[in-house]
Amino acid sequence: MAVRRHPAGSRMTDLAASSPIPERRARSQAWWNAVNAWLLLLPAAVLLVAFTHWPILATIRHSLFITKRNGSEVFVGTDSYRAMAVDPIFWKALVNNFWFALGTIPTSIALALIMAVWVNRNMRGRGFLRLAYFTPTVLPMIAVANIWLFFYTPDYGALDQLRGLFGLGGWNWLGDPSTVMGCLIVMVIWKEAGFFMIFYLAALQQLSPDLDEAASIEGASRWYTFRRITFPLLMPTTLFVAINAVINSFKLVDHLVIMTKGGPNNASTLLLYYIYEVAFTFQDSSYAATLTVVLLMLLSAIALLKFGYLDRRIHYQ
Amino acid sequence: MSAITLNHVSKSWGAMRAVDDISLTADEGSLLVLLGPSGCGKSTTLRLIAGLEEADAGTIAIGGVDVTRLSPAERKISMVFQSYALFPHLSVAENIIFGLRVRRVSRAERDARLRRVADIVGLAHLLDRKPSQLSGGQRQRVALGRAIIAEARVCLMDEPLSNLDAKLRHEMRTEIRALQQRLGMTMVYVTHDQTEAMTMADRVVLMRDGRIEQNGSPEELYNRPATAFTARFIGTPPMNLVRQGDHLIGVRPEHIRIVPGGDHAARVKAVEHLGADSIVLCDVDGQPISVRLDGFSKVQPGEDVRLAWEAGHEHRFDPATECRLETSAREGRLATSAG
Repeated sequence: MAVRRHPAGSRMTDLAASSPIPERRARSQAWWNAVNAWLLLLPAAVLLVAFTHWPILATIRHSLFITKRNGSEVFVGTDSYRAMAVDPIFWKALVNNFWFALGTIPTSIALALIMAVWVNRNMRGRGFLRLAYFTPTVLPMIAVANIWLFFYTPDYGALDQLRGLFGLGGWNWLGDPSTVMGCLIVMVIWKEAGFFMIFYLAALQQLSPDLDEAASIEGASRWYTFRRITFPLLMPTTLFVAINAVINSFKLVDHLVIMTKGGPNNASTLLLYYIYEVAFTFQDSSYAATLTVVLLMLLSAIALLKFGYLDRRIHYQ
Repeated sequence: MSAITLNHVSKSWGAMRAVDDISLTADEGSLLVLLGPSGCGKSTTLRLIAGLEEADAGTIAIGGVDVTRLSPAERKISMVFQSYALFPHLSVAENIIFGLRVRRVSRAERDARLRRVADIVGLAHLLDRKPSQLSGGQRQRVALGRAIIAEARVCLMDEPLSNLDAKLRHEMRTEIRALQQRLGMTMVYVTHDQTEAMTMADRVVLMRDGRIEQNGSPEELYNRPATAFTARFIGTPPMNLVRQGDHLIGVRPEHIRIVPGGDHAARVKAVEHLGADSIVLCDVDGQPISVRLDGFSKVQPGEDVRLAWEAGHEHRFDPATECRLETSAREGRLATSAG
């Protein structure tokens, strides 16, 4: 880049014919500018390359090899990908992840928005309410998982005791393939909604109250104002929150390790948990790399959608 | 029927009485300016008329109908905010027709009215822009367009020009006044700028600490200030107030002359040349007095001069209450017939 800048720089000095600076001096100045720029970029570039770009490339390379017991690597091409395509647990994890994302993202965002609009008004105990909503975010993941483990415990867990009041029998919530995913979804919504609410609350407080008043003078109802004014102006936040929610839904591991270990019968196995199992329980690092590439592609597709399409349709202030 | 009447209206926040027992009337088709320093309650009064705040006491009527308990929309008014309150994600056109969409006006009528209003405020070529792509003056016009497309009989303005530069402010002042007269709207206009009040208003209500200080035509406020506060607030530079014994006397700067044999010895402290006239700041017995002279004054700072003014140009105020003292009934009649 520094080299390519030279012709442009010298052309500019040609244009400014009256400039007293000789061309050679201008050229060396442009060179120093470029060096300076790269030096300033260096720390960030080193971090990015070392911890993001290089690992990605290494993972892709690793997925094309297998490691033998003696430590030597053998090139196998797309063999691992072909094995993955017929791996029922991989597909199960992918489908689970899809339902998990669908179950958590829209609900937690909607709840976050409703809560934020609610606690944004002037009322008593507002600070306490905001704190209460935010608490789940502050708790450590392990503690959260253990609290919910207690809720879901068969027979004497909080949920079954509640069922007992209505004369219903115990239910093994996490031990049943039909309910385990629902249980995880409810817990994650509880944990995420409060966190997302903080972003909505911050965005709502940025909006000028004049806009609401102007709309009310024009005769717009509260719902109409929310639909046509507030919600569109919150779109940047919604997008940010949605991207975070998607990433979180692919990132969930901790709760699974404590609560279900992916069971029963892989009913709660999510993609990253499966990668974790393959890599560290089964010690099959090249297959784990293959699965990771799939996860990477999914997340990059979402990032592309955000930057390439959604950003252009959203009003940023 | 669009006269606005406030009858003993009050509004307080905690112990602070923002608006304290105010009564006033804006005649149909007239422009009433609420004038005062910041914190005097003028904006609150406007928001009470708009229905954005609820009055604690008193009644508000628009066109003879009691609207005290009605919502802003039910009062059938339009309003221009100090911040313009434009919807940043909507185009100029959508901003202007926002209210028409709310009221489900048919598309054909909406378009026709938009064209008409866009011509009036001179935005026809900018309808597709977003507010962020407009200059301050253009944004002001969008806000104006949104206010007049409703064709409401009453238009409220909350310091609409305070975000514009001086030249644009002057232009818009004339335009808003012309628009108000052309459309025959009843307008209540809030400002802290006495020049705006003097140039635009049919009637000026000067407020102070939530109360009305004086309510009258611009001429009345200028020529017969009811209190020393009004005297000090109106005019650039404002009226000189001098204590002479137990009297408080007010004289307008343009009524003072520098003459060799004047009655009052003064020392010149500074001279401001404005072009057409000059303001000479003098010191008389430790009290500041400004004198307006035609043209380019040659007086130098530090110079000793003598000032004179005619007794007829003196305004007398009670030093304790600061209220106007009528020196004689004859003078009062003269001033009324002159006004």
